[in-house]
Amino acid sequence: MTFTLSPEREKLLDQIIARYPEKRAACLPALQLCQEQTGHIEEAAVAWVAEKLALSTAQVQGVVTFYTMFQQKKVAPNVVWICRTLSCELMGAKAVQQALEKKLGCHAGETSKDGKVTLLKAECLAACGYGPMMQLNDEYHLALTPEKAVEIVEAAKDRARDLPIGDPGGWQFGPQGGGTR
Amino acid sequence: MSVIVEPDEPPGAHPPAPPLGGPYRSDTLPDPPMIVLTDRWKLERSYTIEVAEKAGAYVTARRALTEMEPAKLIDEVKAANVRGRGGAGFPAGVKWSFVKPVAGKPVYLVVNADEGEPGTFKDRSIMELDPHRLVEGCIISCWAIGAHVGYVYVRGELALSIRRLERAIAEAREKGYLGAKPFGRDFPIEIYVHRGAGAYICGEETALLNSLEGKRGEPRLKPPFPAVEGAFGAPTAVNNVETIASVPDIVKMGGAKWAALGQLPNDGGSRIYGVSGHVKKPGLYEAPVGITLRDLIYGLGGGIRGAENGRTLKGVIPGGASTPILRPDFLVHAPDEKHPLHKWHGKSEIDVPLGVDTMRALGTMLGTCCAIVMDDTVDMVEAARNLMRFFHHESCGQCTPCREGTAWIERILTAMVEERARPNELELLVDVSNEIMGTTICALADGATMAMLGFVKKFPEELRAYVKRSKAPGLTAGLGTGRALPVLGASSDVVPPGRLVLPRGESGTQRGGAS
Repeated sequence: MTFTLSPEREKLLDQIIARYPEKRAACLPALQLCQEQTGHIEEAAVAWVAEKLALSTAQVQGVVTFYTMFQQKKVAPNVVWICRTLSCELMGAKAVQQALEKKLGCHAGETSKDGKVTLLKAECLAACGYGPMMQLNDEYHLALTPEKAVEIVEAAKDRARDLPIGDPGGWQFGPQGGGTR
Repeated sequence: MSVIVEPDEPPGAHPPAPPLGGPYRSDTLPDPPMIVLTDRWKLERSYTIEVAEKAGAYVTARRALTEMEPAKLIDEVKAANVRGRGGAGFPAGVKWSFVKPVAGKPVYLVVNADEGEPGTFKDRSIMELDPHRLVEGCIISCWAIGAHVGYVYVRGELALSIRRLERAIAEAREKGYLGAKPFGRDFPIEIYVHRGAGAYICGEETALLNSLEGKRGEPRLKPPFPAVEGAFGAPTAVNNVETIASVPDIVKMGGAKWAALGQLPNDGGSRIYGVSGHVKKPGLYEAPVGITLRDLIYGLGGGIRGAENGRTLKGVIPGGASTPILRPDFLVHAPDEKHPLHKWHGKSEIDVPLGVDTMRALGTMLGTCCAIVMDDTVDMVEAARNLMRFFHHESCGQCTPCREGTAWIERILTAMVEERARPNELELLVDVSNEIMGTTICALADGATMAMLGFVKKFPEELRAYVKRSKAPGLTAGLGTGRALPVLGASSDVVPPGRLVLPRGESGTQRGGAS
């Protein structure tokens, strides 16, 4: 199996590489672009990044396994992270998780039966004053109740997700690191 | 160092919460509120350059780059007594003065925006609501330390922060505030956003640098400190978002004047406080350095949620998960006039001003000033287990004491919660925590164990109750450690009945009456 980054993404990656004195520094951005393209980090993508940045596949794989945001297995088009750290926990994060598990018919760490949502537990997502909270793809949803969480996730299931390249939500990396509209 | 816990302390009866009739008043909490750093937060579309500039953004950067010399800027930041806002509280001006250019190597500015300390959510809000203040701070800071490139390492999850910061950088570049000649000064400055990928440990400065270089986020041994050998082997200043965002106001007001906003010596300015958990109005508030936890909880936070139904404050974690918990019914014990906390002798722990040095003297840490408030319904063993699971999950795995020890602590707490702990498991917990401390490359394990020992010091009766309830058969104590365990309360220290003895050399607080 081979992997190639799409031409637009590769062009973007080349611009990112130019921001650093060493090629290797673009390892995280490169992997992020790969994941954006295919939803998770494929084995072939690791080899592609290694080749691109003149690293060994072991070095790249070491990076992939270190960071929680790199998905090593295929995930659903929608990923829900539920914060289970203390502040959110005090405000009822467990009930939110249980409600979602019941609705989706899967445990945290698994993908729903219809294959549309992957439910994951997260550690602190820096929204402590507004718990319980979850991250749905790139959006934060704050001050949840179990019912509200279920409603948000259900509504997202069939929403089309056609995100621009580079950064979710309309801002792309520009040639010198700034964004372009 | 060993923590000794009196074996059979009676379960604590919690004194009633301090009476609070009517609006909260305090000498330390300014009324009307002090708003310096967050003055643009309430504006609509505050993250756009049009709105920010109308409200005064980039005026100071222009002045700094056109009129002021770098040495003067560093002096101002030194005079401002700004203690690093990321948690460690190192004086930012002093840190900058360590960054010396080396022949053939550039100097870098790295902004730590990997906010992830449980309880902390201030940096995200700065980037989302006023990214231009951060960009302006970066421009001034780059000029001050002689850096042509600044990297802002933003936590990967913070998509909106990244988007707004990228936009802010693009807008500033379009205006000519960044690029080859910022404000006409022949000193090119570029700011780049580097997106993390989910790892708490990357908030540790050397781990962050490794991550920036495209490696696993494992902390480095220090020295060399980043000021000498940081990003890509070059001298680097690593500062927190809030620290850098404070720079424009420091320069604008002058260091000494900005320092005077604070209410404590050697700890200046205004800062963002967060409060989460069981308060009526959780959120972020700006206030001068030196307000108390009582101000934060009962004043800014609006008091304990459900107080009308009898809910009271049980404990508060002052500045993020790594900072040991405080109890309102514990009183400061500092009869010695020379003790830094003597002024608050006999007062509640939550009446000590929130400062880097005062919190250290109290046996905890200021951390990020974002408090987690827990009412009397909270099971402290469950709370401790929650946080220790966090530290176990986030240990990078580089050092054995941390990798194995944090897991071990979590296992013990899980056994307690599931009521299958062995008789000596609390002693084991203390022992493991003590053994981890000081044996690792970075401070994650120290933070975890200090927090754990904080729970042991403040709520021993709850932990012990779980052990007592456990139905596990009496297995050999110390199984797994290979050596005999210290028996609590059997040290050479004389332990007066009903009292908690803290390690020697640390200032203490002791159980008192209602505060």
